[in-house]
Amino acid sequence: MNSASPKLRWRDISKRFGETSVLDGFDVSVAAGQSLVIIGGSGQGKSVAIRLALGLIGADAGSVELDGEDVSRFGARVRREAFRRIGVLFQGAALFDSLTVWENVAFRLLNADGVAQGNAKAQALLALERVRLEENVADRYPAELSGGMQKRVGLARAIVAEPEILFFDEPTTGLDPVTARAINELIVDQVKRLGCTAVSITHDLSCAQTIGDEIAMLHAGRIVWRGSAQELFRTGNAHVEAFIDARPTGIRRQDTFLAPLPPQTPFAAPPDRP
Amino acid sequence: MTLRAANRTGAVTLFAGRAVAAVFTPPWFHRQILRQMLAIGFFSVPVVGLTALFTGAALALNIFSGGGRLNAEQVMPQIVALGITRELGPVLAALMLSGRVSGAIAAELGAMRASEQIDAMLTLSTDPFRYLVAPRLIAAVIAVPLLTLVADTIGVAGGWLVGVRVLDLNPIVYVRNTLAFLVPWDVVSGLVKATAFGFIVALMGCYHGYTASGGARGVGRATTNAVVSAAILIFFVDYLLTFLLSRP
Repeated sequence: MNSASPKLRWRDISKRFGETSVLDGFDVSVAAGQSLVIIGGSGQGKSVAIRLALGLIGADAGSVELDGEDVSRFGARVRREAFRRIGVLFQGAALFDSLTVWENVAFRLLNADGVAQGNAKAQALLALERVRLEENVADRYPAELSGGMQKRVGLARAIVAEPEILFFDEPTTGLDPVTARAINELIVDQVKRLGCTAVSITHDLSCAQTIGDEIAMLHAGRIVWRGSAQELFRTGNAHVEAFIDARPTGIRRQDTFLAPLPPQTPFAAPPDRP
Repeated sequence: MTLRAANRTGAVTLFAGRAVAAVFTPPWFHRQILRQMLAIGFFSVPVVGLTALFTGAALALNIFSGGGRLNAEQVMPQIVALGITRELGPVLAALMLSGRVSGAIAAELGAMRASEQIDAMLTLSTDPFRYLVAPRLIAAVIAVPLLTLVADTIGVAGGWLVGVRVLDLNPIVYVRNTLAFLVPWDVVSGLVKATAFGFIVALMGCYHGYTASGGARGVGRATTNAVVSAAILIFFVDYLLTFLLSRP
């Protein structure tokens, strides 16, 4: 399952919250330049896995290794330096309400990297252009934007410093299918452009297939299946099949709705949908 | 119960230690400090001023009528000035700010915690203690003494207004008696208290907001806890400092 020199590895992680065991023997690695999507139901510990990798919480047992180094042993300064190589798109975008769009995008450049304001703004505008947002959005506040636009701004903030690793926490949750597809395409474009490693968590199978090179299924605190995105609907794994079939929309395995769509194809409902 | 109280005290102490360390070590976010100075200081002037005005006026009436029983009406201006500068100016300003500022800080940071903005800040290589907590502490420690000076001035003016307009006292004699009686230490001791109160107001808001959990309900709880704990701590520290500062 693990490659020889992973960029990122969760090594035999256990994590409990009170009496509840969330991760138990969670072990997965991501090679440099690979895009891994972790799927799983709500409450299975997907977000916990990302928070562990970001050092926002600690593991009860096991370790998370970034380029072979245990992130839990990083001091404050090393952690800040490590974060310079990382970009994160949070589930709700997590934009700073009191700052304008461009100030949000340039936040790291202005406050951590000491980049001059003019230069930082220019880089922020370029990042906004890369996520297909127009320049007139730059001086608006997050509350004035739609959910999809906020996600784009969050993505622009994640990529502005050209990170080596990108984390995507439920990138399409709460978005309509058209906007979700646009976000998926942007993620694929930017990961490819940067040539970076990407780790995403989602329960959206369409999203997982579009943005992932590989998909891993998290169930009961550990990875129960891992394979290529193309294999998702023929895994032969009971947990994966149960997860797919339990979708309330009536979509069946190998349904064309879930297959990767060619560019610019309208996001149409499947012809045989009941 | 005792264990929980000790646990909470320890958590607040650790938080305060981290916050103070962030105040004294770079980087300092000057724009944030200025923004907080405006929010905590400038925009609190009306509420603090009005509170001081009416308190000074009511105090003058009470002392005048109460002092009449001892034939001591003539010391009313001095007692109003002493009461305002040493006690009521700093305490009332801080109490008003515990409601207005501690609550606002807790609500803002609590909402940032709930919406993952604080986590996002960490991942953007920026220490939230330096960006969010330290500017609020610095601003409050500077702004509350300044607001106390405003409260002192307006409170004494409230007493003067009642003395001259309602009680028919001589306006010039009132001012002369007040100035002749007050010593610099009366004002300075009030400002020392105000500095401590400023720290408490900001610290309680930051602590309860930063550690908020449980979504919107958690933010509401954090706001209430910030206001109540700041008010209680203000009274406790007020007594402690009065005891220490008023000893001969």
